[in-house]
Amino acid sequence: MNDFTVDKATKTVTFSREFDADLSLVWDAYTKPEILDQWWAPRPWTSRTKFMNFEVGGRRFYAMVSPDGQEFWSIQDYMAISPKTNFKLLNAFADKDENPELPGSEWDLTFSEQNGKTTVRVSIYNESLERLEKMLEMGFKEGTAMTQKNLDELLATLSQRK
Amino acid sequence: MRRDIFQAIADPTRRAIITLIAFQAMTPNAIADNFNTTRQAVSKHLRILTECELVKQEQQGREIYYSLEVEKMKEIDQWVNQFRKSWETRFNQLDDVLSTLKKQ
Repeated sequence: MNDFTVDKATKTVTFSREFDADLSLVWDAYTKPEILDQWWAPRPWTSRTKFMNFEVGGRRFYAMVSPDGQEFWSIQDYMAISPKTNFKLLNAFADKDENPELPGSEWDLTFSEQNGKTTVRVSIYNESLERLEKMLEMGFKEGTAMTQKNLDELLATLSQRK
Repeated sequence: MRRDIFQAIADPTRRAIITLIAFQAMTPNAIADNFNTTRQAVSKHLRILTECELVKQEQQGREIYYSLEVEKMKEIDQWVNQFRKSWETRFNQLDDVLSTLKKQ
């Protein structure tokens, strides 16, 4: 991942990544729920989209599902869409009845293609640090714990071989 | 009250103080000379920075010098790194999905 920066003054996190695929495919991976759900959640979590209307004023309502089946819902409201170039959304945690938990964060995603490779630039504005921390906690804490456990097991196996 | 590294960097004046004393220890008066606010305001910021354990005080003669606990700053990097990793994981998964889609 390139140029991962946290700008404290503007409370914005920005980063970019290049993918070995053309623009249309990457755009589809971000905007079609059946593809999005295949990569959105850090394993062993899964992403489950209940519905998604990818249009200005439309919404994606989805859950991050933990390995033990717990659902953490989020709402993404699409604010602006320039097909295959850019889209902006307002992301907020929610309950299972679609009630958002504000404040959320504002996401700005820009797509560009060069020589058959596509770069996605993401900028996320967070009103509060606490909100950012919670985002980490929900999507990642468990994942880190799992990785840690795997490492523990690996170390145990390795030390037995000695 | 919340007192940690993120409380320390939450305020623009405190971020400026951190930058100032990152290179050399300074007295409260010398620090205050760099700001248009009152010495009391600067003192308050220094107190919060001390409570966040980001700065330490050292008595030299009649003066107190403030300097930075650089190690403490690593907590920010560690915190940011989690975020970086979670996106890296997500993007690696996207790599896999894209490669599968291309083959179809």
